[in-house]
Order: sequence, then structure tokens, then C-alpha cells
Amino acid sequence: MYRYDEFDARVVADRVKQFRYQVERRLAGELTEDEFKPLRLMNGLYLQLHAYMLRIAVPYGTLAPKQLRMLAHIARKYDKGYGHFTTRQNIQFNWIKLVDVPDALADLATVEMHAIQTSGNCIRNVTADHFAGAARDELEDPRILAEIVRQWSTLHPEFSFLPRKFKIAVSGSEHDRAAVKFHDMGVEIIRNDEGRVGYRVYAGGGMGRTPYIGHVVGDFVEKQDILAFLEAVMRVYNQSGRRDNLFKARIKILVNALGPEEMRRQVMREFKEIKASGALEVPAEELARIAQYFAPPAFEVLSDNAPDYEAARAASPAFHAWTETNVTPHRAPGYAIATISLKPIGGVPGDATHEQIDALADLLDEFGMAELRVSHEQNLVLPHVRKKDLPAIFAKLDALGLATPNAGLVTDIIACPGLDYCDLANARSIPIAQKISERFADLDRQHDIGELKIKISGCINACGHHHAGHIGVLGVDKKGVEYYQLQLGGSGAEDASIGDILGPAFGKDEIVDAVEGVIGVYLERREKNERFLDTVRRVGIEPFKERAYAGWAFHI
Amino acid sequence: MGVSHMTGEKQAPNASEGISLRLIRDGAFVEDQYVTLGDDDPQPANGTIVSLARFEKERDALVARNAPLGVRLKSDESPERLGEDLERLSVIVLEFPKFRDGRAFSWARMLRTRLGFKGEIRATGHFLYDQLAHMRRVGFDAFEVRENFTLDEFARAMGEMTYVYQPSADGRRTIRELRALART
Amino acid sequence: MAETDQILTANRLRDGEVVYWAAGRWVTELDQAEVFAEDAAAESALKAADAAVRARQVVNPYLFEVRREGGALKPVKEREIIRAAGPTVRPDLGKQSSEAFDVSL
Repeated sequence: MYRYDEFDARVVADRVKQFRYQVERRLAGELTEDEFKPLRLMNGLYLQLHAYMLRIAVPYGTLAPKQLRMLAHIARKYDKGYGHFTTRQNIQFNWIKLVDVPDALADLATVEMHAIQTSGNCIRNVTADHFAGAARDELEDPRILAEIVRQWSTLHPEFSFLPRKFKIAVSGSEHDRAAVKFHDMGVEIIRNDEGRVGYRVYAGGGMGRTPYIGHVVGDFVEKQDILAFLEAVMRVYNQSGRRDNLFKARIKILVNALGPEEMRRQVMREFKEIKASGALEVPAEELARIAQYFAPPAFEVLSDNAPDYEAARAASPAFHAWTETNVTPHRAPGYAIATISLKPIGGVPGDATHEQIDALADLLDEFGMAELRVSHEQNLVLPHVRKKDLPAIFAKLDALGLATPNAGLVTDIIACPGLDYCDLANARSIPIAQKISERFADLDRQHDIGELKIKISGCINACGHHHAGHIGVLGVDKKGVEYYQLQLGGSGAEDASIGDILGPAFGKDEIVDAVEGVIGVYLERREKNERFLDTVRRVGIEPFKERAYAGWAFHI
Repeated sequence: MGVSHMTGEKQAPNASEGISLRLIRDGAFVEDQYVTLGDDDPQPANGTIVSLARFEKERDALVARNAPLGVRLKSDESPERLGEDLERLSVIVLEFPKFRDGRAFSWARMLRTRLGFKGEIRATGHFLYDQLAHMRRVGFDAFEVRENFTLDEFARAMGEMTYVYQPSADGRRTIRELRALART
Repeated sequence: MAETDQILTANRLRDGEVVYWAAGRWVTELDQAEVFAEDAAAESALKAADAAVRARQVVNPYLFEVRREGGALKPVKEREIIRAAGPTVRPDLGKQSSEAFDVSL
């Protein structure tokens, strides 16, 4: 993974000092809350329902053991002993005090961590495939580009006061695990007809009030040109994005208003000028230099046939079940990718205690693993595990409550913090996730249902990515009472689609039955190897709608 | 404190409402060489700054005068609207109606880079101490600030970030360039 | 007479704690808050809270509605019920975990 040099370290140290001064000025009354708010947001500090919340950046979701230990320390020293992993691969602490934040940031800086630009109207954490460097279908490790973009976007003088937030994601595989088409800017690493590796750039994707799928603005951008291209897109957005209406300020609105062709034209005009100046060219040596940081570990020469692993699978039903869902094939023979579920049945999705986080650091050290990953689905990933180590690792995870065998299944639910924590929320999302999880706890039933991504957001800001859920749930407020809208058929993968709303919202005591109802329709109607998503796409939402509203007094 | 006329309490940005401002240019306090004219004010003999609307209306008369001329742009007015007349202008004033409106960062950058403007780029309106360094980087060299803002604060703002990652209009060496130098 | 009364709330600047106005001071428990039956009194308190904002004690003061339910005060909106107690999914955290907490919420 990337390691700071003196320059990176100094940038973070300067930012800590700067933020400390900003806090001092705020407390001394030299800054009003209105002036301070964008400044604290640019350092990931929100004021939520119960307390301040600090969102710490985890660049492309990669964490080393010393960083995990520091996060556990932060949880203990400054917070209430736990953290929450987010849908953008970051971690949040919910009970931070403003006066402690500069010290917490100083502590984080000692392990090359920060909270720079995790909120605010600036370029946010660049996310990437959580299986980077390990997946069999990977063309190139997306974190190389993500790191280059991270540096270029950090404290960018021209783009720190954008119309709205700006989120970038990178995928390096055919199968898109980074949801690039739902980002303000998404990059797919591709090979062109001449065999050269370059980038397909999308712009204008997004969730929220008006979800959009991104349009291609750069069919094939050469590696050395990518920063010039990204800067061109940012400049067009900064100049022309709407400033009059907060709900119409994202780039997706601009792309839609201009139309993709005009957007491309403006981007190309800007891009040609920047490219001609040479200022942002990424030389091959620089690409190679950064790539070195992400070189895979020295894999042992192993057979992919691992008899001990197979024996353990045969001997233990629990281990067997876990390998069915939580173990993914690795590009190196004898290795595997292991998903650590943070979705225990009935638990709070994405939360981890300081004990668990510390224990994971120990686990990495014990098995000689240099890093783990945070996925945008609020789980953790061990990217490079020797198959023969899996039984022992499973046992350790199990003892920590981190071995729920449900990756990708119905109980692997994504939920935003919702009205239990968030100042913006209209309804609670976590209790709904918990109830669905408990309703479908039976593992055989989960396997029968198969792959099913349920995503729950507590408000229109869609931090739970409900538009991209096979089943999406949106909490709404009707006269101070919580209601839940159901939508089906969304996907954040390379086959990106936005879910269709079924109809009127359900009460909090009705929504779980409605979800069970639509799953029932899937089980009745599916053909062959269809997943839930496939059946919805094939038969349309009518049969699901009928079932969800069966028993409603009026005709839908 | 908020730097322009923000003292922690909201005040109107318009200079003609009698708020005391000072001009920092190239890191020092200077006298304003120009008079900023309202759209209906008569023209004095010396340097003037007019709104884009007035410039577009009275262009010929204005450029015919043998006196320094500047145009003040609102945040939604692109410098490209000045076309070739930019060459005749010695100062462009870019407004920040609210510090959150960051369009002027791109206008300044455009003036320096695409349009090759070498005159003064002056910031006016609502902007914060915390934006000054970024503003300097994208090409602002003059700042209309509240009377009690000190040069020490200005210098502090300029020095807060030791290194920068990305190139901008100021030509400042980037971290990548420094790394390359360190390796030689 | 209004069906609902009002309470004035804010967050403490230094630590974000939810606080309620009680005759010129800020308290942390909802059941200790001053209850305004008349709009005029509520608006007047909201104005007075400006001083606390300028003094950097609190941020974002605002009024919210409460109604009396069986002798106890209950916020009308779910949001304020949760804000007064703590996350419903973690009864061990927030105001609800303290001895002083009014469990009727």
C-alpha cells in the first residue's frame, strides 16, 4: 500500500495545524458557525443528532495493522468504543467532541491517516474495488490511479468550493465492484483495440433525490492524460454547476441539462488546453513509481488444490457455510479473498468495536497479511489469504463475532446510520435492517434465496445507496411518522440500473412483511439460476407490487 | 476572522455602502489606484472599474479614455465575455457573493492560463482567511479586506501549507517536482 | 390554548451535546426543559438564545413541539424523541443510559 514520504506527511501535519487554528478561532468567536461549517466539513466533522461525528478517510478502503490499532485507540480515547464503516469505504465515529478533534487528527497523522475532504463541497475520498490486487478478473489494480487522483485532488486550490460534493470511484475489472456509474466521476480501466491500457471516464452518475447513471465523457483516455482530463471535467463543473439550488447542484444535473454531447464538447475543449500545457501530464515513471506501492505481496508458490482446506470444509458445516459465501477465488493459486461480514444477524450493519478492530490488527500480523480492505457494502475484506490458513482465520473471526456466513445474501444489508444518528434523516434505517435480518436468519432459507442486495437509506440523500439495491428501501417522514418506500431492480455493478418504486410507502410495521412478500414472489417465479435481480428484470414489478400491497384496503 | 468585511457578523459586500476596506496587493497594503463606479456614476479622470454590464454598454467610450480601466465580474460572468478587450484592461475584479460560491477560483485560473492576463486580479466580496492561499495559487494578487485585517494574518494564511500537490497559476513547485529533485 | 407546547433546544458548541433551554440556562435532560405554552414566550426565548450563540455556548437553537401524554412530555416528532434519548439501536449510549434519564420517553 502507499507509504507517505516527508511531503505527504507534511501536508497532513500542516492540515492538522490549520484545523486546530480554525477550531481556536471558532471557539474565540472569530468565525461564526456559518463560516466554520464548510471548514469543519472539509475536515470530515459533522454535527449530528446526538453529537459531532468525525469521518476519517480510508483511501480506496485500504488499512494496515498500525492504522487499525490507531482507529481502535481513537474509539477508546475520543469516542464510545466503536466505529462505523461507511458506503464510501471510510470510518465514522459518532460521539466526538469538537474540542478533541485537533488532537484526534494529530494522533491519526502519526499513522498516515486524516479526515481531509471526507465531507464538504470538494473532491471526496476516491473509492476503488475492495478486491483490488486480488480479483481474478482484474486488468489492473485500480488503487494506482486512485492514489494519483487522491494526491491531485487533495487541497486543490481551484476545486475546494464546488457547487456540491464530488465523488470519484475507480474500477479495474470487468465486474464493477466500485459502482463507478453511480459516481460524479467514475473511471473504468480498459484495454483498447491496440492493446493499450487506458481509462473510460464516466461523469454525472449519482444517487440522492434524482438518481442518474453516468455518461461516458471520455471513451479512452491515455494514462498520461488522465489528470488533465479529470481537471477538465472539474473545471467545467465548477464554472457551470448550479449555485442557486442545493438540490440541483451536483454534476449529474449539469450533464443532464447540457446533454452528454455538449458536456463532452466543453470537457474536450478544456482538456485539449490543459494537455497542450503539459502541466498535468503523468509521466510513465510516475505511474510506475506509484504502481510499485501496490505491487502484490510475494505470493508463495502454492497449488490451488489445498487438501487441508477441503478437509476442513468437509469436517465443519459452519466453516463450509462460510466458505460458500465469504470466500472468493484469488488470482494467485492457493490463495483466496475472504470477506469479513459486519452484518451479524440482528446487529447494526457496518459497526465494529474497538476490541474487534484491535483483534483484526493482530490477525493480520499473525498471518503475515499487510492490509485489509473496507468495502462500500460495509464489510471488511482480507485480500490475500492462503487457503490453508482459512480454517484458523475462520476460527478467530468466529470468536470475534465476525464470521457471519452471509456475504451477498439477504441478511448482508447495507444501511445508513439513519434517524438513530443522523441530523439529515427522516426515518430510522438500522432497526429495519435488523428486523429483516432476523426475519431471514435461517441460513438454508438465505441460501435458497441466493444473491440479494438490500440497501436502506433513512432519507433522500441516499447514503445507503438504495437506488442501487436489488431491493431498495427509503425512509420518509409523513407528519413526523416514519414510513418506508420500496423499490426493486437497482444495481450498482457494471449493469447499473436504478430501482423502480413500487408504490405508496409502508409503515414501519409493514415494511418487513412487504420485503418478505416480494422475496416470496421471486421464489415462486424464478427460472433456472436467476437471482432476485434477474427475475425482477424479466417479469417486471407488477407481480411484486401486487404481493407487497395484498391486503391493502384500496386498489393500487 | 472572515477577511473581507466579515467580522463574524454579516455585513453587505457592496463598497458603496460605506464599509471601510483596505487593499492588499502582492502581500502589502496599497492605495487603490482605481475608483469603482456604480452603473450610473459619472466618470472621473483617473482609473476606474466598472461592472460588466456598464462595460458592455459603454465600451467604446470607456476604452477611448486614456486612463487605466478595470471590469468587475459577478460570479456568474465568465472573463471570456471580455473577448479581446481584456488586453486593454489593467485590473479584473472578481466577486465572491458568498464565500461558498467558488466560481471565481476558476475565473482567476482562466484569466491567467487560458487568457494570459497579466494585470491585477482582485478579490472582493465575502471570502475567508482560509481561502486566501488557494486564491493566491489560482492567480489572485490583490484582496479587498476589512480594515483591521493585518498583514501578519495575511502572511500566516499564505504560509499555512508548506507543500502543494497540484500545479496552478502561481507556478509554485509541486510535490512531484520536489520529489524528482530530491532523487537527483 | 394550543394542543402542543414548545421547547427550545440547541447543541453545545464544544462537544455537540443536545441541550434544552430552562429559564436562561441550558440543561441536558428534556424533562428539565422550560415548556412554552404561548408562542410569544417561545419566540422571545429563541431570541434570547442568540446571546448564547454569540457567546459560543451553543449552535443552531430552534423550537420544537411537545405534547402531554399521560402526564409526561413527549416530543411530537420522532427525531426529537430520539434526540432526547439516544440511538434506539444502542440503549447503552446517549442520554438514555444515564440514571437521570426520564424513561417515559
